[in-house]
Amino acid sequence: MSRLAYIGIAIAVLFILAAIFAPFVATHDVAAQDLAMRYFPPSAEHWFGTDGLGRDVFSRVVFGARISLEVGITVVVISAIFGTFIGSIAGFYGGFVDKFLSGYVFNVFLAFPGLLLAIALVAFLGAGQGKLIAALCVIGWVGYARVMRGQVLKVREYDYVMAARALGASNLRILFTHILPNAIQPLIVQASLGMAGAVLSEASLSFLGLGIPPPAPSWGTMIEEARQFFATSPHILLFPGIAIALTVLAFNFIGDGLREYLDPKQRRR
Amino acid sequence: MKYRFLNIARQLALMLLVIWTVVSLVTLLIEVVPGDPATVILGETATQEQIENFRAKHGLDRPAFFFSYGGEKGFVWNGSDNRYADYWLGLLQGDLGTSFRTDRPVRDMIFERYPSTIKLAIAAMLVAIGIALPLGVLAGSRKNSIIDNLASFFALLGISLPTFVIGPFLVYLFAVQLGWFSPTGSLYPEDIVLPAVTLGAALSAILTRMIRSSVIEELGEDYVRTARAKGVSERKVLFKHVLKNGLIPVVTILGLQLGVLLAGAIITEKIFNWQGLGLLLLEDGIGKRDYRLVQGCVLVISVTYIIANSLTDFVYRKLDPRIRLS
Repeated sequence: MSRLAYIGIAIAVLFILAAIFAPFVATHDVAAQDLAMRYFPPSAEHWFGTDGLGRDVFSRVVFGARISLEVGITVVVISAIFGTFIGSIAGFYGGFVDKFLSGYVFNVFLAFPGLLLAIALVAFLGAGQGKLIAALCVIGWVGYARVMRGQVLKVREYDYVMAARALGASNLRILFTHILPNAIQPLIVQASLGMAGAVLSEASLSFLGLGIPPPAPSWGTMIEEARQFFATSPHILLFPGIAIALTVLAFNFIGDGLREYLDPKQRRR
Repeated sequence: MKYRFLNIARQLALMLLVIWTVVSLVTLLIEVVPGDPATVILGETATQEQIENFRAKHGLDRPAFFFSYGGEKGFVWNGSDNRYADYWLGLLQGDLGTSFRTDRPVRDMIFERYPSTIKLAIAAMLVAIGIALPLGVLAGSRKNSIIDNLASFFALLGISLPTFVIGPFLVYLFAVQLGWFSPTGSLYPEDIVLPAVTLGAALSAILTRMIRSSVIEELGEDYVRTARAKGVSERKVLFKHVLKNGLIPVVTILGLQLGVLLAGAIITEKIFNWQGLGLLLLEDGIGKRDYRLVQGCVLVISVTYIIANSLTDFVYRKLDPRIRLS
């Protein structure tokens, strides 16, 4: 794999560890306000400084990793399972089922640009972590379904699938033991890129005030709160901003690296 | 010829089907609002009469769909006198309903704001092309040089830095420190520069990567070797042969991204207080729980996106004969 992919894995592991051990890594209570200590720049006591309510920015960024990764992983797992299921059905059965799913259903979900469908869902459902995850899954699953459909279409023509069929294996057995394991590689790439997308989407929705409501230390919410004071206290915005960028970058590196690694045609370049 | 018409007709039918579904989804989404929209908007203190008036005025007292299911009654056929049919009837006459808050036609509110969002999206696209075209061509034609590495680094930054980090940073640098532009608003014509750069940053990064790999790929083709063997200058090879073929996939991305820019403008408009459709959706629509306005905004943005995509697809087929034939 490329060097960048290893850098990505290193950053991702760092953030995952920070998220898991957040209570031990954080130096202060995330919710503790100290109005005498507002807008303090980074110091030995407050590594990333303090925000507008005197809260420790470092501890909030660390706990923010927890929210980001929790949302990201949940969204990726749910949409990957659902997308894989629908995509396999479309690819495996083909014909009318495929025409209906990939020709119509996929297109409907792709007809909303970017975050718009998630924004619309949250607008009607209301804000909150569970609803946010649901909204991101609704926009996320199509990517996996498309990848899976293409893979299954390709793999099901292979000789060993025909051999399994000749031996009398059932459709389900062929799908699960022969087709899925051989179609899974691009899915892992998609999941890695999807993780980057989900983290960014969570931050974006929280920034718009449609994600996880304050006082939860979501990186997007922190940036929204810090925005007005950027000229005087840039650190409040900068640190969560860097955290988002690094996380997104890490998962993009991993995804790109895996894709190159798994695709020998690209590896030669 | 006959086959081509059939193909276009099929594409058109699919587009209409998708638009119909999107409109239906958006229309019915109002049903998932927790609680009664009338109470949500009028507040807990509203009298029964006020609520009933509001419901009657906006058709909320009528059934939502052709049939309803659930409760004690089970399956009930409501007939054609329902809100879903109302919305469609209005839509066919170009009517998006009346705002829950301002009592103004939603269509007028949207079309007041739409031009500034389109202006912003086009400006962002121009910024993205202006950055990506020279950078991508330079990087692709000098593979693995310093310029190539710099371009790759810049592209990575653009892809991973979210709009809402780039935006405040640009405001700080160019508005607060240097004083070249206003930090927010759209008072002067040059005030579009910062929002356009913010919105176009991610796209310019994606485009740079695409143009780079496209140029590298085309430079390895046989026709380039032929042209070089004939003694065509390197500049001519690059601009006359390579770019002409290499830009075809880029055109597709541009078309697809126009819609993404329209949606992405929501965040940029919030950062710069740019009075466009995104801010209307966010502040007047979602912020004030004006669900009718939210429906209208979501509808207009997604239908624009669908039409832009279909047009792109069409142009792409025209440009690349290989796709047309297959």
